[in-house]
Amino acid sequence: MSDRLRVKKTYKLYVGGKFPRSESGRSYPVSSPDGTELANAALASRKDGRDAVAAARKAQRPWAGQTAYLRGQILYRAAEMLEGRAGQFAEEVAEATGAEPDAALGTVESAIDRLVHYAGWTDKYTSVLGGANPVAGPYFNHTTPEPLGVICVIAPQDDPFLGLIEAVAPAIAAGNTAVVLASETKPLPALSFGEVLATSDLPGGVVNVLSGRAAEIAPHLAAHADVNGIDLSGVADAELAASLEAAAAETLKVVRRPGRQLDSLGLLRQWTEYKTVWHPAGMAAAAGGGY
Amino acid sequence: MGSILSGAEAASLVRALPGVDAVGLEARAAGLATRSVKAESKAKAIDLAISMIDLTTLEGADTPGKVRSLAAKALRPDGDAPSTAAVCVYPSMVSVAAEALKGSAVKVASVATGFPAGQVPLDVRLADTEAAVRAGADEIDMVISRGAFLAGDLERVFHEIKAVKAASGDARLKVILETGELVTYDDVRRASWLAMYAGADFIKTSTGKVGVNATLPVTLLMLQAVRDYRALTGVQVGVKPAGGIRGTKDAIKYLVCVNEVLGDDWLSSEWFRFGASSLLNDLLMQRQKLKTGHYSGPDYVTVD
Repeated sequence: MSDRLRVKKTYKLYVGGKFPRSESGRSYPVSSPDGTELANAALASRKDGRDAVAAARKAQRPWAGQTAYLRGQILYRAAEMLEGRAGQFAEEVAEATGAEPDAALGTVESAIDRLVHYAGWTDKYTSVLGGANPVAGPYFNHTTPEPLGVICVIAPQDDPFLGLIEAVAPAIAAGNTAVVLASETKPLPALSFGEVLATSDLPGGVVNVLSGRAAEIAPHLAAHADVNGIDLSGVADAELAASLEAAAAETLKVVRRPGRQLDSLGLLRQWTEYKTVWHPAGMAAAAGGGY
Repeated sequence: MGSILSGAEAASLVRALPGVDAVGLEARAAGLATRSVKAESKAKAIDLAISMIDLTTLEGADTPGKVRSLAAKALRPDGDAPSTAAVCVYPSMVSVAAEALKGSAVKVASVATGFPAGQVPLDVRLADTEAAVRAGADEIDMVISRGAFLAGDLERVFHEIKAVKAASGDARLKVILETGELVTYDDVRRASWLAMYAGADFIKTSTGKVGVNATLPVTLLMLQAVRDYRALTGVQVGVKPAGGIRGTKDAIKYLVCVNEVLGDDWLSSEWFRFGASSLLNDLLMQRQKLKTGHYSGPDYVTVD
């Protein structure tokens, strides 16, 4: 009996809840560190980036409009789905990074735990970050964090799964939508994560995953006027990071610089902006209100 | 210009028109839609498309304030972008639009004749038209009686268009065929010719109020009809696709069709228009993209 040929999968992008090939028609081979060819992945272009931002923009308002409780439930659901496929992801992470199977499984489990962690934060972070402010006047003054909008994440290059989830989860937990540029050499776990999200309850467009070259696509994402924040934590090249930050400044984006470590509340804070409301309290007090 | 034909003559000419090769028409439209227009040509196409827009608001919730802000946007859409061709409103809003656009080249277009269904008596439709013209409309967008047309009463449709043309006076008359309700290409061709025989200055695809609005094949068919009509009679008629054209890419496809079928003679706001509202913002965002080199977003254009 002849040896069976392994069917190699071509991983597609995840944009707006669908799995398109790159608009450019390009793909590139992905190998493990020891040189074994694993699969082909779509090589996203500038226009794929634009389409992903458009999908994320469309999804953002409905996503932010969901109740915080429901957002938490949906993130928890994604964690449930991942738990069921932890073995597959451990294998992919091991193949991508050359890690030992046990270590890879540990990474995947940590990633699942991060999702559950942020699922818990969705209905709490506004209370922790916001609050009522004491003011010297007949006003009720309160501050509340609101999502920035569309966040682009250049995912870590060497930590293709846990690093990605640590970057994406706080952004979407806070009601933003995300366009993720997966690790250039190790994109497969991220693209598989897209497949998991598609079958969880996360609405299409809330997370969009692209695979390709950061140097090619990231400048366009950084300059895109309809992007509100950009996470450069996965940009290894200091020169590229500096130019991306300069491009982002043209349209007033929030930027997370490479190497900036934050705790989970800090990350939620990173992708929100504060709104402070002055509400006349005199009328309400006169009418027997509690202010 | 009035028609020299009688209703019966026009109806029999229209009935004798050949059928449309639907497969060929759609293939031609699809072929023209693949043209790639980039860089400098794109910049010119965008500005041309902006100058051809009938910026439209046809809602029950229209207020004088909304019409005024739309007029302001039509006059000066964004920076050095050209003005749009016209503002298109309901008759009750014509005086507001006319006041806001006074002294400018931007025209006031008014839908009339019982828009959008046209299912009201003829005298009401004529009164509607006259009122719009009196209030200051430069252009009248009338709807045909699709019920009469589909029932085969072509003469009645012909006489109604003639009567509305007479009631419009100096205002240019755009005849809305509502191609989505005519359904077949053959009927679109017949309605186009009937409207032109009756004296239409423009033929327009749709009201924007039914499920199927302007499509590229239907517009292509109407472009061919005005081309053939000018060859036959020497009279030039304009075309206005309306409804459902939201993106710059779509608009450029239409311009490619105009250029291929009719050429330069029709490539101005005098002879070709887009009936649209959200299209303008997309054109402006693309325009900003070409100027700044980076993608723009809805935060950088007005909320209408």
